[in-house]
Amino acid sequence: MTSELDIFVGNTTLIDEDVYRLWLDGYSVSDAVALRVRSGILEQTGATAAVLQSDTMDHYRTFHMLERLLHAPPKLLHQLIFQIPPSRQALLIERYYAFDEAFVREVLGKKLSKGTKKDLDDISTKTGITLKSCRRQFDNFKRVFKVVEEMRGSLVDNIQQHFLLSDRLSRDYAAIVFFANNRFETGKKKLQYLSFGDFAFCAELMIQNWTLGAVDSQVDDMDVDLDKEFLQDLKELKVLVADKDLLDLHKSLVCTTLRGKLSIFSEMEANFKNLSRGLVNVAAKLTHSKDVRDLFVDLVEKFVEPCRSDHWPLNDVRLFLNQYSASVHSLDGFRHQALWDRYMGTLRGCLLRLYHD
Amino acid sequence: MPGKLKVKIVAGRHLPVMDRASDLTDAFVEVKFGNTTFKTDVYLKSLNPQWNSEWFKFEVDDEDLQDEPLQITVLDHDTYSANDAIGKVYIDIDPLLYSEAATVISGWFPIYDTIHGIRGEINVIVKVDLFNDLNRFRQSSCGVKFFCTTSIPKCYRAVIIHGFVEELVVNEDPEYQWIDRIRTPRASNEARQRLISLMSGELQRKIGLKVLEMRGNAVVGYLQCFDLEGESGLVVRAIGTACTLDKLSSPAAFLPACNSPSKEMKEIPFNEDPNPNTHSSGPSTPLKNQTYSFSPSKSYSRQSSSSDTDLSLTPKTGMGSGSAGKEGGPFKALLRQQTQSALEQREFPFFTLTVFPPGFLVHVGGVVSARSVKLLDRIHNPDEPETRDAWWAEIRQEIKSHAKALGCHAVVGYSESTSICEEVCILSASGTAAVLNPRFLQDGTVEGCLEQRLEENLPVGCGFCHIPYDELNMPFPAHLTYCYNCRKQKVPDVLFTTIDLPTDAMVIGKGCLIQARLCRLKKKAQAEANATAISNLLPFMEYEVHTQLMNKLKLKGMNALFGLRIQITVGENMLMGLASATGVYLAALPAPGGIQIAGKTPNDGSYEQHISHMQKKINDTIAKNRELYEINPPEISEEVIGSPIPEPRQRSRLLRSQSESSDEVTELDLSHGKKDAFVLEIDDTDALEDVHSLLTDVPPPPGFYSCNTEIMPGINNWTSEIQMFTSVRVIRLSSLNLTNQALNKNFNDLCENLLKSLYFKLRSMIPCCLCHVNFTVSLPEDELIQVTVTAVAITFDKNQALQTTKAHIEKSLQRASADTEELLQFPLELCSDSLPSHPFPPAKEHLESASSNSGIPAAQRATSVDYSSFADRCSSWIELIKLKAQTIRRGSIKTTVTVEKANPMGEGNFRNRSAPPCASSTVGVVKMTPLSFIPGAKITKYLGIINMFFIRETTSLREEGGVSGFLHAFIAEVFAMVRAHVAALGGNAVVSYIMKQCVFMENPNKNQAQCLINVSGDAVVFVRESDLEVASVQQPTANCQPLCAGGEVTT
Repeated sequence: MTSELDIFVGNTTLIDEDVYRLWLDGYSVSDAVALRVRSGILEQTGATAAVLQSDTMDHYRTFHMLERLLHAPPKLLHQLIFQIPPSRQALLIERYYAFDEAFVREVLGKKLSKGTKKDLDDISTKTGITLKSCRRQFDNFKRVFKVVEEMRGSLVDNIQQHFLLSDRLSRDYAAIVFFANNRFETGKKKLQYLSFGDFAFCAELMIQNWTLGAVDSQVDDMDVDLDKEFLQDLKELKVLVADKDLLDLHKSLVCTTLRGKLSIFSEMEANFKNLSRGLVNVAAKLTHSKDVRDLFVDLVEKFVEPCRSDHWPLNDVRLFLNQYSASVHSLDGFRHQALWDRYMGTLRGCLLRLYHD
Repeated sequence: MPGKLKVKIVAGRHLPVMDRASDLTDAFVEVKFGNTTFKTDVYLKSLNPQWNSEWFKFEVDDEDLQDEPLQITVLDHDTYSANDAIGKVYIDIDPLLYSEAATVISGWFPIYDTIHGIRGEINVIVKVDLFNDLNRFRQSSCGVKFFCTTSIPKCYRAVIIHGFVEELVVNEDPEYQWIDRIRTPRASNEARQRLISLMSGELQRKIGLKVLEMRGNAVVGYLQCFDLEGESGLVVRAIGTACTLDKLSSPAAFLPACNSPSKEMKEIPFNEDPNPNTHSSGPSTPLKNQTYSFSPSKSYSRQSSSSDTDLSLTPKTGMGSGSAGKEGGPFKALLRQQTQSALEQREFPFFTLTVFPPGFLVHVGGVVSARSVKLLDRIHNPDEPETRDAWWAEIRQEIKSHAKALGCHAVVGYSESTSICEEVCILSASGTAAVLNPRFLQDGTVEGCLEQRLEENLPVGCGFCHIPYDELNMPFPAHLTYCYNCRKQKVPDVLFTTIDLPTDAMVIGKGCLIQARLCRLKKKAQAEANATAISNLLPFMEYEVHTQLMNKLKLKGMNALFGLRIQITVGENMLMGLASATGVYLAALPAPGGIQIAGKTPNDGSYEQHISHMQKKINDTIAKNRELYEINPPEISEEVIGSPIPEPRQRSRLLRSQSESSDEVTELDLSHGKKDAFVLEIDDTDALEDVHSLLTDVPPPPGFYSCNTEIMPGINNWTSEIQMFTSVRVIRLSSLNLTNQALNKNFNDLCENLLKSLYFKLRSMIPCCLCHVNFTVSLPEDELIQVTVTAVAITFDKNQALQTTKAHIEKSLQRASADTEELLQFPLELCSDSLPSHPFPPAKEHLESASSNSGIPAAQRATSVDYSSFADRCSSWIELIKLKAQTIRRGSIKTTVTVEKANPMGEGNFRNRSAPPCASSTVGVVKMTPLSFIPGAKITKYLGIINMFFIRETTSLREEGGVSGFLHAFIAEVFAMVRAHVAALGGNAVVSYIMKQCVFMENPNKNQAQCLINVSGDAVVFVRESDLEVASVQQPTANCQPLCAGGEVTT
């Protein structure tokens, strides 16, 4: 006796969250059944393995049918075939677009192209996430990217509107899109200690301050591309380190204020010129898109690592950066105060976030 | 020109891409009604076209309005080649033809294609302007309302229940016409869909005409089916009950929550003059000049069907049993006479209703059924369907005579069905023989005084159990006793019926779904030999099904079956029998005896041992079931006499003396009804199998109940969460030397596993009840068995269930037949029932006090316990339990959900779905249920009948996920289309929903499959009453605490 056909259709579509998770994680039906058995569900419910198999198959079939709609979430809301309570719809969408930290760290900043897709095998082996799940996550990134890439208006709002994601998840996707578009390098070994959250935080600051949208809210791609003009202008900051008097003055201003307030004052004093040169040079290099990609590598190399090796406490870093950016206002010979603020305001936030073990 | 149909095509959305080059579609719409077609402009390059068309107007007569569906076709414009069809929408405009139903159809309809399924949606507005036409000889029957519901619809009152209406129309099946060889599958499917739609319309119109002839205005319990007879044609037939309904105008009339549907029924003011003069049915004429010619519109000569082999057979009729020596005095005789006269004017005194207005049903005799095996023959002339008519007439006649044999004049809960395999067809009809109150059947103005006296005479809650037939001339051997409730009339030891449990019936404990399943192999044969073989097998199958039912009923410790439906399905090489019913323990009937196993081969020690072991197992199961279903009938014995209350003693004495003086054969068996144990003889392996199969039925997991009736006996506190579902399973039998036993086992496992799966799937709804569980078996191919189940799961509040128990206790208090001891044990039972394993200090305290109370000597107790105050305390204490248990329940839900790793967001919202938070969604929720009511809500309007037929076919079965993927998607689409139509009518639910047919055929080798589905139901508008409920629950719990404390002090 074999079951040829076995289906269950409810007027309200039944969604089992556990099975949905197993499906999203890319498990095959038989693996999912085995995992469910291990969770002790048979003992709780008194069901048999056959019942579980049939149930799992059924849910998988439903999810498979829903997947098409999940690719364009507003369709899920308006479709008539599956009657799903709104809260469940939201859950389906949110979970479908959720991603694994380990996976996103591998892909973040890479071009969302066929080539990268081919590398998913390796990512799967490396992270232990099933290839199926990797594909889903990758396709999600790509889909969102394609839809919002050339849209005007706020990136987060666009994502939220077209994919009906929660505010949090929309922000994360905004970061992913922003990173993918600007191709920031995040995979280098020295960046491995950084979490996706760290990058997303930086991305948000950069979107707010460094993109076209920061100055003009009516441009295409406004939140995705960096403000080219701004990047060009950053060269002007070079004077801060090139002009020796200016550099000395800057140092003395910072040191006077911070004397006695920092535990690592002497180290700071000794390193000031190096650090300042590092930060200003990063700015000056941003004209080249190649260097834009290495932004995070440079920041870690030029600032985070030197400070860390001297064991600066985070609070001292904060005090230093605050003073370092503020003192520039007192430098009479320096004319690019606004530019400096736009650059340093964001950089300060990013550096503080990046500064940890 | 009696009607103007107006249609406007507004917009489309989510259309499929028809032009690969541009990834877009140039869509336009054709609107067709009858022979007139209009077209919209082509909306270029869009998947979301906005046509916003003018109003297309069709001027048609109302006959066409009733028959024809509105046909909307969406096409993709192609300049060079033929336009490609995207899909179609058929809209039945019937609901717009009655005054009280919908006034406009407006909304998004799925665009359906028989090959591709749903392809986007289209927004349409439809209106009808009807001109009054007073032509007496008209062929249309606009204005007659149709209801699938098999009870009087909730916002109506039955003035007169006229009786049976039936009609059938036949045609050639387009699938089998010569043209089918040259046209595409799509064209063929569409021709079929359209034809069935047309035939349904015609059928409905003709039935409507009959209703008008009878001076009725509605058909209730309308059941339409189609028979795919293959080569020989297509039959669409319908039966129903003609009624004159009156709309309940004052909203106050149905204000009490239809939390329990019974409450609402009672609200119908049936004590006033039932026939206001406005309903001028003309004192006695309405039925006289009514002729039941089979097709009234045409005259024809009766063609005798010579080629038909008539192998009609009369299986044994009734279950139940009877005698009833003493007729209840002259009133009963008078009543009988009257009913008789009222019913004899009808050719068939049948009623498709299963639930009746209070007082309508007087006595129930038992199930009557008839089957007949026919050989199908080509229908030569579709306009003369008299062969099929004659077949049914024959069967109905048989049913009628069976009912008569049971001393009944009417048949209620009547239904008809067919099973077809190749050219053999089994026609089946079944119902419940009954004696009815004539008041609803005709003009009842003169009966007022009789009525009142009669009602005094009829005991409430047990009257229907009293036997209608003559005790000395019983139609079959049966064991009779005096009614355990009123002790005045005779009742049978078991009662089988096809109707729902009457709302006033006194039931002990809860009910449960009982199924008998049976397979019989049959040799493959042709034509007449085949028909003979089948008719030879039928009586054995019927007998075995009944034996199985009886055994299982006894095993459950119950004594009555309701909603019995026996389906016999014929296949190439086997016959299947599936009977489903809801078992209950009727307080009026004697306790069922146990099951005794007897071996036929004595003198064998091990064998004896085996038998006694089995016996023990059976006894244990019975005991367990009694506990599970809370069957603990009050012990009525000598204690009654010893009770301190004088009245019952007198009564029981009276009874005794009566029995002594009477010369009945049946003994009065008040003390213990266990004498008549059912003996199962095990003399061969077959019987052994039977016993085994008896014991293999697994009870549902804790928290689940199931029944196939409208309401679950013993549960009436439904909460609002409902989930209707359809589940289909097909198994392939291993073809190698199949035996009856192996077949039975396979079939049994199939059904049991299906049920288990359902329980598992719906576990998040616990505590819940599967209601109206409807199994259908078909044998699509040699080795395939298909089982389709449609049911609804309804959650209920376990804690409020106590109220019923309380009500029951109060009832027994009034009767005072139970002694004080039993009353005081009540809290004990409560506690173990509602709060398993939860420490519960107040309960304990009370429990102790209760038990200490019971320790007082009986005499003292009798004087000291004030019944009324006790009852009060009891109830307030129950409220407290409710409060406590509710919090406990909430806690337990949380734990189960955390086990499932649910995140708080999903959980909270899913639980509270009753208050729809559908702010963000644009699609309104449409509930579907096979029941006639929606728990926790009241139906305010019936919008019309939904009767839809779909065909889906695929030539890429594998790509669509195999057979399961294909059918899953199709059923989901059918649900979607039903919901869309209801929403367009302005409704938010379908009640009395039924999937009448689900014919699935596959050809995996060719990668093809086809499925036909026919569904129907009533579109309604309902309004929630949740706020009201919440208030009423909270209030008493708030002030119960002091009361309860007070109670404890006094004890």
